Amino acid sequence: MSLALSAPAFRRFRRHRLAAFGAATIVLLTLGCFLGPFLLPFDDTTIDVMNRFAPPLSGAHVLGTDELGRDMLARLMMGGRVSLIVGFTAMAIGMALGILVGAVAGFHGGWLGAALMRFVDAVLCFPTIFLLLALAALVSPGLLSIIILIAATSWMDVARIVEGQVKSLRERDFAVAAQVLGASDARIIVHELVPNAVAPIVVAATLNVARAILLESYVSFLGYGIQPPVPSWGNMLNNAQIYLTSAPWLAILPGLAITLAVTSFNFLGDGLRDALDPRMRAR
Amino acid sequence: MTALVELRELRKWFPVGGGLFRRKQQVKAIDGVTLDIRRGEILSLVGESGSGKTTVGRAILRLLEPTNGTIRFDGQDITHLGRAAMRPLRRRMQLVFQDPFASLNPRHTVERIVASPLAIQGESGGRERVMEALEMVGLQRHHAARYPHELSGGQRQRVGIARALILRPELLVADEPVSALDVSIQAQVVNLLLELKERLGLTILFISHDLSVVGHISDRIAVMYLGRLVEVAETRDLFRTPRHPYTEALLSAAPDPDPDARRRRIILQGDIPSPLDPPPGCAFAGRCRFALDACRAAPPPLRQVAPGHLSACIRDDIHLQSPLDEGATHVPAG
Repeated sequence: MSLALSAPAFRRFRRHRLAAFGAATIVLLTLGCFLGPFLLPFDDTTIDVMNRFAPPLSGAHVLGTDELGRDMLARLMMGGRVSLIVGFTAMAIGMALGILVGAVAGFHGGWLGAALMRFVDAVLCFPTIFLLLALAALVSPGLLSIIILIAATSWMDVARIVEGQVKSLRERDFAVAAQVLGASDARIIVHELVPNAVAPIVVAATLNVARAILLESYVSFLGYGIQPPVPSWGNMLNNAQIYLTSAPWLAILPGLAITLAVTSFNFLGDGLRDALDPRMRAR
Repeated sequence: MTALVELRELRKWFPVGGGLFRRKQQVKAIDGVTLDIRRGEILSLVGESGSGKTTVGRAILRLLEPTNGTIRFDGQDITHLGRAAMRPLRRRMQLVFQDPFASLNPRHTVERIVASPLAIQGESGGRERVMEALEMVGLQRHHAARYPHELSGGQRQRVGIARALILRPELLVADEPVSALDVSIQAQVVNLLLELKERLGLTILFISHDLSVVGHISDRIAVMYLGRLVEVAETRDLFRTPRHPYTEALLSAAPDPDPDARRRRIILQGDIPSPLDPPPGCAFAGRCRFALDACRAAPPPLRQVAPGHLSACIRDDIHLQSPLDEGATHVPAG
């Protein structure tokens, strides 16, 4: 009896612990990547030919060195900067676009809403990774272009969420009250509707950061994203392929970093989903 | 007494259905309503759900575009005014909602909710005017910092009234403002509305299905059935001498506070006809115990049957019962 009662509570507890773990990891990763390089005696581009392929924990280089003798920890930190910047800014741009499209489509409905949402469906039909690669082939690679490309493939789910929310919220009496007062459409959307859709938006935003980090890694791994010598977790993996048997840490370390960052954001998103779910929130 | 709102042959038809192979149909939510709301009066609009009473209220506030007919507000034709042209008029007409839970934005504090009319209409004097409005509806200053979910149903409805009245409108459309509240709270809110009406010189269109509340509050009553008015009269006249069989049935269905009062209930047979396909004659004929063949031929016009008393029944020869007959005790305040 007591076991049956405690099972869901335990699950919730564990989920929230994972979310806290995720949040803590994200904070640590961010601090490490942005402050770490100032504390480290090595630069990520300094070549140390005498110390090529040094394994981790074998001397001055804590996480070893790569084929040019560059310090792996420094490279991971700089790559992490790229990944986190790409993740957050691509998420922010994608969110802005998705909220805008979703709010306009949900608020106006009619042919405009239908056209916008069918466009969203059409973009969703493209396999993301092929779309990214096709677009990347046309644009010169770089930090800004990769951010815009990822944002361009990750705004649709938010648009759908916001469209559904706005469509139902705009019929609610408090939105009608603003209309009776003569409020503009923009005011009704910004002040009355979107704040009430903030919970699903925050959850989607968190999961989108993870997705953007992963997409950046894919594209850089395939050679279309961030270009060497600027390190990113994706192009470090690409580099490591040929040394997989002789220097496996070159692949394992950036792989671990990607896994850690992506799962942390996913745990945080799941935790937020539970925490912000109105059914879970006792009055 | 001059009219603040004049409706002439107002119609609102909603198109429904209509696909590739199906004909588009029209729901005749309002089908030719002619009515004046006099300055300073409380006019109640009663009828069962689906009769179109809420649609009339929303049409007056121009929340929807009338199909045809005219709406005049203070002499000005507002039937087809655009949003920008309506904006300055909006401060003069406000709405109180039925559901005090849905009508307040759950993410805003009471202060922000009550101040929103000032923000939207671009007025200053924020905080002090909010406090004044809260005190006017019987709330305290400390309620300003609360969120709607922290308040009771009655308190929320007071917040809704404060929001509606902070701009000092002339017309208040109260759409079933008490039917979502506990009976004990209903009386408080009704009395608050009466008091504010006197204090601010309001004109109120009170939309309701509850005749006991309506009898207490209104100067005049208009009865709606399937998108049309069937009877309009002073409250006392309507209760004492109803002239339309539908009004008679409504009055007999209203609960009587006196448990010893026994009167004959008129139980209506059947349902309200579909507004998609209203009958050609009197819409009530199918449920009316006095119906003649002539009733089903053409819709009877609303005509004067006594001074200030309009009815849309062709039968002048019938005697209808009133709740004031047979020594019943319930006398509405007139």
